[in-house]
Parts: sequence; C-alpha cells; structure tokens
Amino acid sequence: MLKVSKSPWLLHYDGSSCNGCDIEVLACLTPVYDVERFGVINTGNPKHADIFLITGGINAQNAPVVKQIYAQMPNPKVVVAVGICACNGGIFKDCYNIDGGVDTAIPVDIYVPGCAARPEAIIDGVVRAVALLDEKRKNMRKEAAQ
Amino acid sequence: MKDGQILSIGPGDLVPNALQIKHDGYRLVQICATRTKTGYDLIYSFAKEYTLVHFRLDIPENMEIMSISNIFEPAFLYENEIVDLFGVKINLISIDYKGQLYRIQKKTPFK
Amino acid sequence: MSTRSIVPFGPQHPVLPEPIHLDLVLEDEKVVEAVPSIGFVHRGLEKLVEKRDFNDYVYIAERICGICSFMHGMGYCEAAEHIMNVEVPERAKYLRTIWCEMSRIHSHLLWLGLLADAFGFESLFMQSWRLREKILDMFEYSTGGRVIFSVNKIGGQRRDMPDDMIRDFLSIFDGMEQELKTMAATFLEDYAVNTRLRGVGFLTEQQAHDLGAVGPFMRASGIALDTRKKGYAAYPNIEFEPITSTVGDCYARTDVRIHEIFQSIDIIRQAAAKIPQGEVAVPVKGFPNGEYMMRVEQPRGEAVYYLKANGTRFLDRVRVRTPTFANLPGMLETLKGCQLADVPILILTIDPCISCTER
Repeated sequence: MLKVSKSPWLLHYDGSSCNGCDIEVLACLTPVYDVERFGVINTGNPKHADIFLITGGINAQNAPVVKQIYAQMPNPKVVVAVGICACNGGIFKDCYNIDGGVDTAIPVDIYVPGCAARPEAIIDGVVRAVALLDEKRKNMRKEAAQ
Repeated sequence: MKDGQILSIGPGDLVPNALQIKHDGYRLVQICATRTKTGYDLIYSFAKEYTLVHFRLDIPENMEIMSISNIFEPAFLYENEIVDLFGVKINLISIDYKGQLYRIQKKTPFK
Repeated sequence: MSTRSIVPFGPQHPVLPEPIHLDLVLEDEKVVEAVPSIGFVHRGLEKLVEKRDFNDYVYIAERICGICSFMHGMGYCEAAEHIMNVEVPERAKYLRTIWCEMSRIHSHLLWLGLLADAFGFESLFMQSWRLREKILDMFEYSTGGRVIFSVNKIGGQRRDMPDDMIRDFLSIFDGMEQELKTMAATFLEDYAVNTRLRGVGFLTEQQAHDLGAVGPFMRASGIALDTRKKGYAAYPNIEFEPITSTVGDCYARTDVRIHEIFQSIDIIRQAAAKIPQGEVAVPVKGFPNGEYMMRVEQPRGEAVYYLKANGTRFLDRVRVRTPTFANLPGMLETLKGCQLADVPILILTIDPCISCTER
C-alpha cells in the first residue's frame, strides 16, 4: 500500500471519448468508489490541478485545448490517459478525425487501459500518479538545490 | 402520406414540397446524405405524431440545391453538417457556418 | 445603457462534463443569443462502415455514446434485422426491453446527479450517483460490463438472464423505488431547488414542435410522443403512456424525467412477468441488401438509425441522428433571454450528450 503524502487535485478533460470512460471517472469521485478518501478533489481550474486525467483520443480541434490546459498546470504535474482511446485511439483509431492517443499532443505518464476503463483501474492509475508526483517533487527539489 | 413512405422528388420541388408538408403540421426529423457513384442521395424525413415520411432527392455531384432552413428552423444544423462532411452545395442556409460547423482537419471526408 | 459583450463558454469549463463551445452574446447579464460550435468530439465513426463489416460495426455503434450504449447497439441491430428480415426470438425482445429500461434509469439518475451538481446541491448529486451504482451492479451481474457491455448482436442477444437473476433484480428495484421516492421529494419539493428550476428556460408546445425537439425535453412542453409506442423490442406487449407536463420549464423537465424512472421500473416489472422461455438468438446468414430507417426512444429522446446496404459485407452508409442533435435548436431558443448564471442549468436540462451529437 502506497503512503499518500499530499492531497492531489485532479482535472478531467474529455478529449473525444464516447462518455463511457468519462462517466467512470466521475463514478470514481462519487460514493462506492470515492477517490476523495485519498484526498483527491476534482477541480475545474487547470492552475489548481496536479493530475490531468484525459479520456478519449486527440483530434486537430482538441489538441490545442489539451496543450493549453497542460501548459497552465503548475509543475510538478502528472498526465493520466484513461481508457484505450486515450492510450492509442482504440476502436476509433482508423477514423479520419482521430490523430491517436493523448501522447500525440502531450507527454503521458500513466496509461490506464480498458473500454470503458473500470473504476478500480482508474483509481489504481490515480494512486500511481500520486506516487509519481512525489517522485517528481523530490527531483525538482534536488534540481533546485543544485 | 403513409408511414414510411418515400417520395422521390426533383431538386426544384424541394421547397414547394417542404412548404406543403410544413402546412400539414409535420416536424423535421432529420436530413441525411449518402454518397452515390454519380452524386448524392439526400433523404429528408418528417414526422407528424408517429407517422414518418421521407423525401428523396438524387442530385449530381456539382448541383446546387436550396436550403429548407427558412421553412424548418432546425434544418440549419443538418444542412451545415452535410455541407461540412459531404461538400454538397446548399444555398441560403439561415445560419450558414460556411464549412466551419465541425471544423475538421480533413475537408469533406465523405465526398 | 446596456453594453453588449460576447462570452466564450467551454469547451473546458467547470460545469461542463463534456466539451461543447458556445458563444454567448450578452447584454449586461442577459443572454440575447447563443451560437454553438461543435466538433471537439467528432470522430467520424459513420465513415468506419467502409473498414468494418456489418457484424463488427455493432461494437462501434455501441461506442457512439457510453451512456446509451446499449440502445445504440440495439437500434443498429434492429435496423439490420429489418433489412435482412430476421425475426428475433421473443425472449431476446424482452431482454432488450429490460436492458433498455435499466439504461434509461441509469441515464436519468446520472442526469439528476449532474443537475444537482449544476445547482450546487452536492449531497443530492452523490445520492443520485449512489443509487445509479445499483443499476451498474445489475449490469455487471447480468452482462459483465458496467457501461459498455456489448450484449447485442444481429439476430438477438449474446447473453441470457436466468429467471432467478430477474427475480433478484425485481427485489433490488423494490428497495430502490423507496429510496427514489425520498430523493424525488427533494428534487420536486425542496424550496432551494424549486427557486433554481421553476420559471426558467421556458419552451412552449409550439416551439418544441417547430424546433424539432425530442424526448423528455419535448414531453415537458406538452407533446405526448414516445417512440417506444411505435413498437420495437417487446414494447407492443407493454402497457404505458408517455409522461408529459404542460409547463415547459426546467422544473417540468426534471419532473418528467423523475416520473420516467418510476415508469421504467414498472415496465421492467411487466416485462419480467411476461418474459417467455426459449432461445435468445437466431443464426443470421447472408449479407444485408436494402435500406431501413429505424427509430428508438433513448433516455434523451428519439434516435434515428439509417442503414443502407448493398448485398456485400460492407454497408454503404450508416447514419445516426441522435437526440441531442435534434434538441440543440430548442436549447438555443431557451437560452435567449436567460441570466448568465442560469446557462449551466439550461444546458443541462436538455440532457446533452455531446459525444452522441458529433459522433
């Protein structure tokens, strides 16, 4: 079991998902799954967020939106791609308006598979993101000290 | 008209027929385009209560047709969609996005 | 003198669960016009018929939207069955009806939660979603999936529900109904909720008809139309009447949807009482040839599936007209003249599903 040291806030953006993963992300925040027990709160403001959850693939129109949200988030930050569409385009890979997974626009740290990704898998992804966030924070401090 | 009936009409008859069916109290259900070998096949569907009827319009590739968005207001969304995805030329759409409704990278992918 | 300004709304916005962009033209705090631009979620899945054969396309149809996934798959399958003259076994029809109504309950509960979130009633949001989890548990129990469960195929269903499972579900629904009544009372009678919902976002019966609105959005304005009455799946054997309201404001839409949840539970009870024994699928041979326009009633309203086949493995065209697409003109109409602070609630009361809309 990971020891959670900080309470990370997350921002959720729906790329071009079918809503399946989308509502599963929301289901994680509500009773039964409840990621708030890890101190995680969903925020709408990118400048408040530590973890960026993206569902769905990337297309020409939402790529700038995703990049802009990513740029606005303060360091350290972790990007979690939720669902197979966010990982590599999934079932819509061959569509003319899908460029591919989230990693075509911004660097992705954690990939959560599934169609739709199950809440257990999403929570696992978030918990791993928390650990990674700690690591990134440590590295940042180290760099600052040098 | 009977439920499920498809009436084939010419491009010039679209507006008068739409006016007639509007007068008869129908609402617009959808407009759908299909690419054929020589042009486009447009299906306009209207419903009154549970009765669904269609107009079918077969047009060659470069033909310009009239919009019915001044008769049926919601038609502007369907017509803009057809302009964006199929590249059919539709004149006088009430709110004309000029190919900017979907703003997709690849122009007229269904053409 | 009032000044005009244009406020961009979305695609990423705290109150929006999905990306839609609106340019709101404001006169001080009053919205005078709203211009939508869509396309953030456009994938172009209708074009995939060229790459996937008509049997595989069922999986894509189910991913048009993750909320009404089951109904999208079913609508596509029923259209293909009509073209191929396949008669689905009776038991499969009843199974479709039961899963359809469970989808409707889950979708309406999801919407009630989002609405509560939009008017700032956090605990009501959580309560709605807690109840919704019971439906998802039943989906998981009967199909293995929570939101996308792929039990449809052309010719019937992939899975059967054993009779004792259906009996178990009925007892779960009995318990749920009591909890729902308590929750519905808060939505319909609470003073704070009423002040947010009553008297905002009017749509008259004439407007609903002229703007081509569908589903609960239309029924809340007094038009008693429900495509289930057209009779697909086992609906011809089920007794129900469309639920309507004559007021046409946000409260009426909430009222209609809440009563539809109770109606769905009633339909499931009727279906469970009548479901016959037998096969759940018939083998389908050959390739489709012809065209058909299928209409089904989704939680958000009437959806239209148009299939055109040419006698090969690959269809010529699949076209889906989703309910939110039809409701957009109505939504723009209700936005005119409202306060900026009411915009989120007005958008939510049509129950928008952007993923459906843009496909």
